[in-house]
Amino acid sequence: MTTTQTAMEGVAGKALPVVVGKSDTKPTWCPGCGDYGVVAAVERALKTLAIPSHEVFIVSGIGCSSNLPHFLSSYGFHSIHGRALPVASGAKLANHALTVIATGGDGDGYGIGGGHFIHSMRRNLDITYIVMNNEIYGLTTGQASPTSEMGHKTKSTPLGVIERPINPIALALAAGATYVSRGFSGDVKHLGDLIANGIKHRGFSLVDVLSPCVTYNKINTFDYFRQRLYKLEGSAHDPSNLVSAFEKAQEWGPKIPIGLFYQTDRPTYEELEPALRNGPLVQQPGGLRGKEHLLDEFV
Amino acid sequence: MTSFPDLGIRVGGAAGDGIATLGESFARLFTRNGYHAYGHTAYQSVIRGGHVWFHARGSAERAWSLGDGIDILYAYNEQTAEIHAPFLRKGGVLVHDPEKFKFPADRMPAGTRLVPVPALEMSRKYASDPILSGSAGMGAITFLAGFPFETLVGILKDNFGTKKQEILDQNLGTAEAGYKYVKERERPVERAFSPNRGAEKLLITGNQAIAMGAAAAGCQFLAQYPMTPASTVMHWMADHASSLGIVVKQAEDELAAINMAIGASHAGVRAMTATSGGGFSLMVEALGMAGMTETPLVVVNSQRTGPSTGLPTKTEQGDLDLMLGAGQGDFPRAILAPGDVSEAYHSTMEAFRLAEDWQTPVLLASDFGLSENFQSADRSDFPMDFVPPHLYAQAPPTTPGGFRRYMHTPSGVSPRAFPGQKGFNFVAGSDEHDEFGHLISDVKVGVPPAIEERRHMMEKRMRKLDGMRNAMKAPDLEGPANAQLTIVAWGSTAGAVRDALRELNSDGSKVNFLHISRVYPVKSIEVAKALVHTPKTLLVEANYTAKLGGLIRKETGIDLPNRLLKYDGEPFHPAEIVERARGVLAAGGH
Ligand SMILES: Cc1ncc(C[n+]2csc(CCOP(=O)(O)OP(=O)(O)O)c2C)c(N)n1
Ligand code: SF4
Ligand SMILES: [Mg+2]
Repeated sequence: MTTTQTAMEGVAGKALPVVVGKSDTKPTWCPGCGDYGVVAAVERALKTLAIPSHEVFIVSGIGCSSNLPHFLSSYGFHSIHGRALPVASGAKLANHALTVIATGGDGDGYGIGGGHFIHSMRRNLDITYIVMNNEIYGLTTGQASPTSEMGHKTKSTPLGVIERPINPIALALAAGATYVSRGFSGDVKHLGDLIANGIKHRGFSLVDVLSPCVTYNKINTFDYFRQRLYKLEGSAHDPSNLVSAFEKAQEWGPKIPIGLFYQTDRPTYEELEPALRNGPLVQQPGGLRGKEHLLDEFV
Repeated sequence: MTSFPDLGIRVGGAAGDGIATLGESFARLFTRNGYHAYGHTAYQSVIRGGHVWFHARGSAERAWSLGDGIDILYAYNEQTAEIHAPFLRKGGVLVHDPEKFKFPADRMPAGTRLVPVPALEMSRKYASDPILSGSAGMGAITFLAGFPFETLVGILKDNFGTKKQEILDQNLGTAEAGYKYVKERERPVERAFSPNRGAEKLLITGNQAIAMGAAAAGCQFLAQYPMTPASTVMHWMADHASSLGIVVKQAEDELAAINMAIGASHAGVRAMTATSGGGFSLMVEALGMAGMTETPLVVVNSQRTGPSTGLPTKTEQGDLDLMLGAGQGDFPRAILAPGDVSEAYHSTMEAFRLAEDWQTPVLLASDFGLSENFQSADRSDFPMDFVPPHLYAQAPPTTPGGFRRYMHTPSGVSPRAFPGQKGFNFVAGSDEHDEFGHLISDVKVGVPPAIEERRHMMEKRMRKLDGMRNAMKAPDLEGPANAQLTIVAWGSTAGAVRDALRELNSDGSKVNFLHISRVYPVKSIEVAKALVHTPKTLLVEANYTAKLGGLIRKETGIDLPNRLLKYDGEPFHPAEIVERARGVLAAGGH
């Protein structure tokens, strides 16, 4: 079902598609790009959860990955580089009945938007954040990203990267995220489950997705990951154990874990915000009619 | 120089002495006796020490600015006496505690006198904390200004009402001792007021008026990062957020603040952010996104002295070019610049109306002087009868062939829908897009249909600028028509100009004032008409490069050669405008 068809049928009064599907905009990613697997997994997760498409709001930043909202039939906002999380946060605070998903790339979320990343996690708004981590700047044609590994030769680092990559999982654990996971765009079913569980989770969910850029990253390829990945679900790891989660977060090399690192229950920001106790802001009346007593404080 | 009752009380000391509270209380002596008042706060970017002062001016007529003279100077330390005593007017007094310092009588201006008050000694009877001695000074000054002790009792009760009874009693006792002490020994100053002139007035800052105006307009979301002199917008909102149902979000930085406000507005609530120049600089990119996604947004930029961190606690009107040019490319915006607290309230409401009607960002330009200084006002200045339409409850209009969020219309304004509303799903984007919101920036870009679409989208958005210009009121020409001289100013500089105008016109001259409180889009024709019909002009601005003058020249071709520019961070005094205006009037040519 497409975005425009959705609206058309709404106009014509016909039955509306209940869940999010593909839009009439075809993805413009390079053939073989990892992000195809991510959009498929998001679609799959939203179908599983059967959330009406008009109640889903997907916000992205700028980058190849950030084009994702255009390819699905929900509401979307394709914002500016690095600002997906604050835009998503504002929308969630305005209408917390929405299912709000933020998406983007590793540069978008861990680089230029890094400050928002940390603060969004300690804030614990009920937002699911999906980062398509290809360890490179795709859209700008292959410069180093905050997750590019030491020694990686890119257009901006012809002699190799000489700073340590960010560890998004460890950072998320330290910053207080209440759902911390990593998926792989080569395993859509597993990724779809991680995303669905992240959406169901009350609070901020991180889904870091190893999503290869087949054009500009010749190191971290599908094969690279297929040889190294293993699933936490089959291991002895207990996702309620923060210390164990930190240990698993340090694993990167011959073996790389994917799955749920950590999940905990903490009140969400919107639950603690007094102005939202009567329901979503969009449902509340505004204005100061009849509130002339406010002037008394100025006498 | 004024012909009506006018009295200036100035108190100065170090940060931590409680000077602002004393000053505000002096301003309330005036407003509670029915006088107009203006409270100028001068502090430094330090929490303790340094030199801070507060000037409370009371007046039988509207006190538009801090005025020109001091009648009662309350000096907490010698530095205050040294800096401010030279500005005492004839018949004025210097109040000080001889235990703190002694001031030689021969350093006092002619016709003024010293009033020693043993404030510390009086306070010691109650407590060891020297902060209490301020109440003795307050008592003394209440008498010297001509007001009854009861006015001060009311003020102290309000100041300390939430504290322990013991604290209030200590302050009342000390204040009474101070009052009695000077009553037995001194007479009130020459310009002393008579009490109970009329109904009590309100005393409010520009930022309080802005915050309240936003709430009155239906704002339900404020995201902000602290920065002087904008922070008190957030303070008022935060104090009332839970009872008014407003979400106040202190963001991690100004980038987050403006983007959160955009997200909230896009989702269907009226949203605002407030900052000063440094924070506004960080907001520039997102401002363009609000323009591109056609998201209504109100941004308060309370200017302080730049460049860079500048003088954080001083005033300037240096950000006009920044506000005009903020953001790459062209998109419609409006800039409003209220001149006083009542205008601050109404301009904020207007900003929300414009933002919503034209689906674009609107900037509200304030500055330290308007934001943080106190002005008296009447309850009728802040009407609260407006009922903001409920955005989310309205069904969006249907459009042909699906939901065209960015439909081409004659006005350029397209139908809005909010996430959550069934049947209108669309994707908004900061990239150039077509009527449905689909990108035309990647695979379609440069291909003929997309080239045409881009041109149409640009024209659609920019039509809104013309629409706003037509919808906005022309600037007011205050004072007599057919004047010999027209003073031109914007924003809070209006205060000192209005005071100056009263003085200038009192001797038979004819001077009027073109107050540009709606800075952009410029009502070029109306501004040009006002300026070509006047023999002489004087531009008054608080910046180095005459930014309003530049805008007027660009939009009307008219040059305003006579300029009074100030960039030392200090407020305009009416007297300096009067002097300059008289000079222009006396000179030949234009
Ligand atoms: C403020 C700003 N700086 C720089 C850019 C240029 N830019 C666009 S996308 C991008 C990086 C993209 O990398 P990433 O976020 O990892 O997304 P990917 O393309 O790899 O999916 C940059 C630097 C921009 N659009 N805005
Ligand atoms: S450049 Fe890389 S990230 Fe971008 S679309 Fe192509 S493969 Fe995907
Ligand atoms: Mg990337």
